[in-house]
Amino acid sequence: MIRVLMAAVFALLAVAAPAQADVRPPADAAVAVTSGQDIQPSLPSNLRSNPAAQLWQGIGDGTVGRVTIPDPQAGRLIQTGGMDWLEFRSEVIGFWGMVAVLGMLTGLTAFFMIRGRIKIDSGRSGRLIQRFKRIEVVGHWMTAVSFLALALTGLVMLYGRDLLLPLIGPAAFAGLARAGKYAHNFGGFVFMAGLAMIFVMWVRHNVWDRYDLNWILKGGGLLSKDHPPAEKFNFGQKTVFWMVILIGLALSLTGLNLLMPFWFTPDIETMQVVQLVHAGLGVGLFALMLAHIYIGSVGMESAFDAMSTGYVDINWAREHHSVWVDRHVSEQGEPPLAPPPGKGAGASAQPAE
Amino acid sequence: MGKMAFLCDGDRCIECNACVTACKNENEVPWGINRRRVVTINDGLPDEKSLSVACMHCADAPCISVCPTNVIYSTADGVVLHDKDGCIGCGYCFYACPFGAPQYPQKGNFGSRGKMDKCTFCSGGPEETNSQAEFSKYGRNRVAEGKLPLCAEMCSTKALLAGDADVLSDIFRQRVVERGFGGGGSYGLTESRKART
Repeated sequence: MIRVLMAAVFALLAVAAPAQADVRPPADAAVAVTSGQDIQPSLPSNLRSNPAAQLWQGIGDGTVGRVTIPDPQAGRLIQTGGMDWLEFRSEVIGFWGMVAVLGMLTGLTAFFMIRGRIKIDSGRSGRLIQRFKRIEVVGHWMTAVSFLALALTGLVMLYGRDLLLPLIGPAAFAGLARAGKYAHNFGGFVFMAGLAMIFVMWVRHNVWDRYDLNWILKGGGLLSKDHPPAEKFNFGQKTVFWMVILIGLALSLTGLNLLMPFWFTPDIETMQVVQLVHAGLGVGLFALMLAHIYIGSVGMESAFDAMSTGYVDINWAREHHSVWVDRHVSEQGEPPLAPPPGKGAGASAQPAE
Repeated sequence: MGKMAFLCDGDRCIECNACVTACKNENEVPWGINRRRVVTINDGLPDEKSLSVACMHCADAPCISVCPTNVIYSTADGVVLHDKDGCIGCGYCFYACPFGAPQYPQKGNFGSRGKMDKCTFCSGGPEETNSQAEFSKYGRNRVAEGKLPLCAEMCSTKALLAGDADVLSDIFRQRVVERGFGGGGSYGLTESRKART
């Protein structure tokens, strides 16, 4: 059996070897070109046997020649992807990014005017329970602050030339853009660290549980003033978590690729796609985070307390995360009456544990 | 005074790299930056062709359209120049350029891009003409002295031509009339003759 296989392999090599020995192209075949793409010359038949026409078309399609420069990419004479990339960046990403951000702001304003601030229906009880430990608060704000820095400096890169440069002039804008680029490059690492922290801390609280379906069907109580039960994180928050993790991961990977050009990708076409993905996801995630920022600050009474002090009023918790509160209370008892908020975060912060 | 342009005659270029050397020397181009380069297609084959390419000084330059700080501009002669003071090294001009003209020193974190540098058609930049600042940032300003770019002046076979685009096309037209299309053997003269008969 082995002998048969060896014979077959030798036979194949014997056939292949002579074909390889003659490297010159046949008289009327297509000129061999090396590039990152398959060349299919679409020449009319009377030119197909003209090597000159094929050579020039190959060059237009991206032939890579020989250069004495150590970077072999310099052997690429023409890349036409840049024109498409340019158009996509300004027409598609620039336009739809603005639609997304302005549309979200409009939608949030409308929601606020219709629904108003979501209040605690049963009023504050004055009893506080700890919702987030200090490490969770730190992780969240590391991610949030770095993300805002990244988003704003990114927006300067995408829209600054058209919107900001006419306002502050070229010299000031150049300084701002340069500082912004450094902030963006370094801030990315803070964001990635924060993202890792958030994932590790909260992933087990963000898996589907039995209260999610009901929460979805009740619309989260956003417009109905209902209070569907939920665990530590309701379905809306789980959505935000996974969007941040997945889109943030994509942004991190594309961002690293852009920061270290051609380390991971061999050609300019891939770098162009990576840049478009980064810009598109970046402005998209910013639009989504506007909603998260809204609900965590203006949109809901006592929501900001959770992430600033780490402690929330138990009535708020009962209305929005009842399952979590019940388990917390059954483990650790009813919290005592604490001084009302407004006496300072430090004073209101210490229930018996 | 019309539109300035380069034209590299593929039938004459012998890959001597005089243009590259002239540019690097005259403009004191730092290590690793290649304002002009010579690319050889089908090296060693009968239809080997070499071309010298640098910035093409496009009439509708994509680099001008994409620059986020708007520092790339086009002069009255059609030469594309840029202001290094405002450049943030984002690299977008390289993404957009069909010819790979923008070059960047490895200055930033992870060796990422410093300020963009490229062929200036030996026209310097937005600093005061023929000043030390202009020379150290952008290289020689030969055009202000009434001269043409040194790469074309140094070309050993007059393959690389630089100057007014109309004059250049006229010169090339005369060459094609004299030698015929596919002359010099570099287009595989025998093969193309076979195809015509």
